[in-house]
Amino acid sequence: MILLIEQLLNGLQFGVFLFLVSAGLTLIFGIMGVINLAHGSLYMVGAYATAIGMQWTGSFWWGLLMALPAAAFTGWLVELVIIRQLYRRDHLDQVLATFGLILFLNELTTICFGRAPLFLSLPETLSISVEILPGLLYPLYRLLIIGTGLLLAFFLYLLISHTRAGMLLRAGTTHREMVEALGVNLTLLNTGLFVLGALLAGFAGALAGPLISVEVGMGENVLILCFVCIVIGGLGSIRGALFGALLIGMVDTLGRAFLASGLRLILPLDFADSIGAALSSMSVYLLMALVLIFRPQGILPVLGRVR
Amino acid sequence: MMVSENFEARLMLGVGILLIGFPWFADWLDEPYLVSTASRIWIYALAAMSLNLLVGFAGLVSFGHSAYVGVGAYVVGILAWHQYEETNFLGLPGTLEGFISIPFAMIVSGIVALGIGALCLRTRGIYFIMITLAFAQMLFYFFVSLEQYGGDDGLMMMDGRNKIPGLDLGEDRQMYWLSLVALGLATWFLRRLSMSRFGMVLHALRQNETRLKAIGVPPYPYMLVAFVIAGALAGLSGALLTNHMEFVSPDFLHWTRSGDLLIMVILGGIGTWTGPILGAIVFLLLEEFLPLLFQEIGLYLFSEHWRLVFGPLLIGIVLFAKGGLHALVFKQMKGVDGAFAN
Amino acid sequence: MALLQIEHLHKRFGALAATDNLSLQINQGELHALIGPNGAGKTTLISLLSGSLQPDSGLIKFHGRNFLQVPETIRPRLGLVRSFQITSVFPEFSALENVTLVLQSQQGHSFRFWKVARNDFELRSKAKEYLKQVGLDRESEIPAYALAHGQQRQLELAMALALEPKLLLLDEPMAGMGPEESLKVVELLQQLKGKITMLLIEHDMDAVFSVADRVSVLVYGHVIATGTPSEIRENKEVCSAYLGEHEIPVAN
Repeated sequence: MILLIEQLLNGLQFGVFLFLVSAGLTLIFGIMGVINLAHGSLYMVGAYATAIGMQWTGSFWWGLLMALPAAAFTGWLVELVIIRQLYRRDHLDQVLATFGLILFLNELTTICFGRAPLFLSLPETLSISVEILPGLLYPLYRLLIIGTGLLLAFFLYLLISHTRAGMLLRAGTTHREMVEALGVNLTLLNTGLFVLGALLAGFAGALAGPLISVEVGMGENVLILCFVCIVIGGLGSIRGALFGALLIGMVDTLGRAFLASGLRLILPLDFADSIGAALSSMSVYLLMALVLIFRPQGILPVLGRVR
Repeated sequence: MMVSENFEARLMLGVGILLIGFPWFADWLDEPYLVSTASRIWIYALAAMSLNLLVGFAGLVSFGHSAYVGVGAYVVGILAWHQYEETNFLGLPGTLEGFISIPFAMIVSGIVALGIGALCLRTRGIYFIMITLAFAQMLFYFFVSLEQYGGDDGLMMMDGRNKIPGLDLGEDRQMYWLSLVALGLATWFLRRLSMSRFGMVLHALRQNETRLKAIGVPPYPYMLVAFVIAGALAGLSGALLTNHMEFVSPDFLHWTRSGDLLIMVILGGIGTWTGPILGAIVFLLLEEFLPLLFQEIGLYLFSEHWRLVFGPLLIGIVLFAKGGLHALVFKQMKGVDGAFAN
Repeated sequence: MALLQIEHLHKRFGALAATDNLSLQINQGELHALIGPNGAGKTTLISLLSGSLQPDSGLIKFHGRNFLQVPETIRPRLGLVRSFQITSVFPEFSALENVTLVLQSQQGHSFRFWKVARNDFELRSKAKEYLKQVGLDRESEIPAYALAHGQQRQLELAMALALEPKLLLLDEPMAGMGPEESLKVVELLQQLKGKITMLLIEHDMDAVFSVADRVSVLVYGHVIATGTPSEIRENKEVCSAYLGEHEIPVAN
């Protein structure tokens, strides 16, 4: 039981990460109609900036603080130089151009920081565990991630459903031409949105830094998982992204934790282990297949959108 | 249809026949390793060509094509491994016989493509791109998790390449000829396919799906069959690739490989015949010789990190050079066969 | 005898009732024109009939058979064929290839992978006849994107005819045509009249009132009147609801 709760929390924490990266991705697609493969690179930028900042200053907090401007600046630059040329291109062009961008950014990172992964250590104050239930110790840092992530999700919700900018964003998702015709400066809105997405992805990267190794290519693995989240949730919908991310976080974590041991109950030991390993690494994609069969438009799609 | 295609086909046939002599040319140059490089190029050209059937003809942007290459590659690798270990796979013995394992690789890849295609084709556009990518990634992790077959590290073909009666694939030249012939046959097959009734439906699908429905043609089964054919041909390319390298690993299915294949198609000229081949040639030559080139001219930073140049180059091609190399080569020749030869 | 029977059809888009309790009957062999102001729901009705939209409620009967459950791609084969308001051909195909593709689809499935389609001379000569019928025989080898707008509309018609429709839904076949081209289409419609049942949506009132056997008037998704052209011309309700600001044209 304790183990289950612990794994549920791990799943929640992973889901929160995925949400932070997916949110930008889904909004950028929803509003601008651009598929940006290089979104994962912004996540990487956040992680690297934290690692470097920490090496310079010796403080994790300063590193975290550096991640935000670094990711925002990279996002701004990428939007200005590349993405802006792609708004009216077809998806194939967008995919290839942003694929080229990934090659470039990854290589640039390798030149600057080498191929060896960087490791971040947490400050003492954060690397403790707290007893959240009798007998259940859980790392404070992971709890903080969950809290911050959910807080950010709430903040995004407020931004999108209760501010003027959010209203324009929502209108832009379904009626782009109309918003443009009303004289809204879409260029500015797009740039702002892109930077917001970059900030979220960079922040996720910064938070992830101490939990995983910071290395070239870390962004792409997350990116593809985020695609799955978005497809499951419904393209262009922030609620969908949140739902999809939490679901994927849970399924992936619980699958890895319990699938093999569950199979051992019904199958021979070594067979169960290999099947379990294969199945748990595929579980999120199988989930996506199910969603595609029963709800190809996603579970919480944007209403009124013509595909 | 836009065609100076007859001329192009004759040209391809001619050049193809000339290329049979390439191994002797390489000998004459005293650079025998070029034969191996060329085999690799034809194998990738075959994969790119199968992808072009989807992207160029049917208008379906699949970003997971390396998955089917990888499945074909693993079938050959796994069969060879069981032969070497003298163990059974699902009750069947392993084999090194090319006439068994290569067609089997195509069949398995085709079946996998059938399953994945049946799901992906329920969607269009951006969804289709993301989902094909995601399923390819699923297969990547699947092979990574197969500890029995080497997991991350992959499988060696311990007994060497497949055996085909009358051929000695262990010799690089014969491997070269097999790859060239496979590419030639696939090109011929796809060309016939493109001009058949089935091909007409695919071309129509790319141009105007709504209208196709209005004349009473349901697109789904046609797309699915195209997806399966493309998957099986990619499987063939994978089977050859394992033979060529005498090795297979999950890296064959890595998502960047799918990106590479798409680049070859676009670079060469989407929806054309020579395009994917030209694209594969230029892409792989750049990959091999760009580092050397930078080394020669003293830009050592770029020689190790040639992707730093390659990425922006790619973006440039996408943004500014529509039609790819094919347009570059054949634009001037349009007049030769009449712009709309019939 | 009714070929097409529409009863109490409803279709809403959010708050807008695009089709509101629409009932209409089209008889075998007639040319039935449907007129109405912009936004009356004419194209919506065509989409409902062709199956690209599903109605919220109501009944569509074709040849006395309930047609609601028949999929979009099957309806053309049963004889219910539409043409598009916005020209919708296969731009990279030549005019001839456009029509051949239609004929090919008429002959059942296209899972034939080996025989070269363009060498099917029987199909080609049949396609040429349809092109000739609409006056496009000299343009048969030109790719559709290179045809003039009016010629594309003609091609659109040829494709619809090649499906050998029992009922042809014509969504503004003369939209964007010059007067000469329009005249040709009117002539063609007159030729086809009696052989093929047609539902014609058209803004060109001269054309409508000269070729139609019967006219129905659609306002806010609802048929307010049906009758012969002269009956419609004298109908007061129609005058006030639809033709208020216009004089009704007198047939030549």
